Amino acid sequence: MSKTVDIHVHHITRVEGHGNIRLRAEDGKVLQCEWQVPEAPRFFEAMVLGRSYEDIQTIVSRICGICSVTHTFAAIKAIEDAMGITVSEQCDKLRMLLHYSEQMESHSLHVGYLVAPDLLGVKSVVPLVASHPEVVKKVIKLHRIGNQWMEAIGGRMTHPVTVKPGGFASLPTEKYLRELKATLTECIPDLKAVAEVVLSLAGKLPAFERPTEYVALVDSPRAYSFYHGGIGTTDSDEIVRPQEFERVANEYVSPQSTAKWCKWHRESYMVGALARFNLNAEQLLPLAAATAKMFGLKKGCCNPYMNNVAQVVELVQVIEHSLQLIDELLTAGIKPELAKSTPREGEGAGAVEAPRGILFHRYAFDKKGNCVKANCCIPTNQNHANIQKDFEALVPQFLGESQDDIRLKMEMLVRAYDPCISCSTHFLNVEFV
Amino acid sequence: MSKPRVAIFDFACCEGCQLQVVNLEEELLDVLSVVTPVEWREAMSEQSEEYDIAIIEGSITRPEDEERVKKIRERAKILIALGACATTGGVNKLKNNFGMDEVRTIVYGKDAAMPHLNTMPTKSVAEVVKVDYMVHGCPINNKEFTYIVRCLVMGKQPVIPNYPVCVECKMRGNVCRYEYGEICLGPVTRAGCNAPCPSAGFWCFGCRGYVDDPNVQAAREVMDKYGKTVEDLKSRLLLFGSKQEHTDE
Repeated sequence: MSKTVDIHVHHITRVEGHGNIRLRAEDGKVLQCEWQVPEAPRFFEAMVLGRSYEDIQTIVSRICGICSVTHTFAAIKAIEDAMGITVSEQCDKLRMLLHYSEQMESHSLHVGYLVAPDLLGVKSVVPLVASHPEVVKKVIKLHRIGNQWMEAIGGRMTHPVTVKPGGFASLPTEKYLRELKATLTECIPDLKAVAEVVLSLAGKLPAFERPTEYVALVDSPRAYSFYHGGIGTTDSDEIVRPQEFERVANEYVSPQSTAKWCKWHRESYMVGALARFNLNAEQLLPLAAATAKMFGLKKGCCNPYMNNVAQVVELVQVIEHSLQLIDELLTAGIKPELAKSTPREGEGAGAVEAPRGILFHRYAFDKKGNCVKANCCIPTNQNHANIQKDFEALVPQFLGESQDDIRLKMEMLVRAYDPCISCSTHFLNVEFV
Repeated sequence: MSKPRVAIFDFACCEGCQLQVVNLEEELLDVLSVVTPVEWREAMSEQSEEYDIAIIEGSITRPEDEERVKKIRERAKILIALGACATTGGVNKLKNNFGMDEVRTIVYGKDAAMPHLNTMPTKSVAEVVKVDYMVHGCPINNKEFTYIVRCLVMGKQPVIPNYPVCVECKMRGNVCRYEYGEICLGPVTRAGCNAPCPSAGFWCFGCRGYVDDPNVQAAREVMDKYGKTVEDLKSRLLLFGSKQEHTDE
């Protein structure tokens, strides 16, 4: 019997930004299978030209609302690299602490609000408020803690203002850090409860595996890294300096979709929580390691849907490491060091982990400190080719299922990557069929 | 009055203002008790062509988006512009300081000539269709957002501050950023944010746009007093005020 599958998801929902899915198949033969991105390009690399090094992070933070802290740090690290600015140990630890607030806010939003509806067979989190009130309240609480923490150290919820080249514009008090410690300690049981609910639903994640290359920051053996280190890969032992990120990303235009894609050792690679886990699992702190074990998540996992589970593991890791950082900061005492910097001519790059994967920025400045060159390489761009390759492997495996089931699996796959399509400074505007 | 149907749409932006709506946390549940969301792509899978209130986030940067926002305007009884990209064009207007061919070449290099890279000078939503209410800021102040929604549901006119950020900054007891030798846009920028940036030790960069009648002469005097030039001021004004009235004054 002939069977036609014709799926056209225009502007997939519950993701950040605009993406389309197109699948056509007849009699078990795939005719077209594409992940497309019609997001309006925003031209940030042009927008920063001529602007002062003191205004760069204010502009590029606006590349993305949900990774604004990470974009701020990628820019600040690149600016400091370009101008030879070093920061104190206190500044470094406070930055990591601020960066963790974004991982907390973003991961809890993604798993709790955007992915959970698929696992529970509803279209949004709204019906879950009535059907699963207790767990929804816990997710809201975790999300709120992340946001208030970001506001307290970053000065604003989304688009932080305390982060400047050379240090902080203002510092949190020791009293606040003690309060944060209490809040984070107290939310661990809530996080465990949410993890258990996710575990009870993990069977709904499709059993699909496709070996690929994973790329993430590596700072071993020091730590499970979000902020420090070089660019690591599961395909080689080499650690690439952030200054050479173009050698990793190899951005190119695909004849198939005309959106800029990335590849390194093979035809595509994946970035994000699962990539970080696959490269840094040994460095997880005890509670996070126990959470990974509870889910049976092991190094070498190549099921992209498990990125959601790796995010749950990272929520635990982020809280555990934050508690350590707070203790270290309190033991040393907060010193009243504020940002200082003088501009100089130079070029530099920064690499930081956004919740959805590794992010690279590069800038060059003239001797007045005005920007003369910029390049930003976004995690979702780096995942683009991998999503496409996953589609190509996934669709034949499930082609016997109903059209609705195939569509759901494809949408869930895109969501699993936690894409952030607004970040797409490079994305081309593609009109299809 | 039955619960108004609300649809949220996003154009060129970072979606950080929608995020502030999500960041209402428990209070969002209260908002949902007085309005019915019928379309909100970032948060739900439902879609609808019937709504009373349309909330638009983002700037208009392509001809096809201009058509889309006009269609939304036709269907909506009330249209709200959400955040700086929608209210003034925001950082997206930095692009308008360059030629469109130039920005394409800067970002896409040899691929710049590809036809699907069409972009036009950034427009705010109000430059394309009639906007009934504006929620200013980058990102928005979500307390102001709920205040406006509350007013609409109760049939009242929201009152948005029309005085500069300096007023709120002084009320918070901050030392003026000019005393630190910095360029701050508080004197000409619309209040309503409660001055979070100067309160956190950072200058105001003008994300809420100008007050209706900014005291440009007073701003000049401040520059003179602190040994700064109008060019210094303009360099920062460009971030959120490019190609807007007053920036060139």
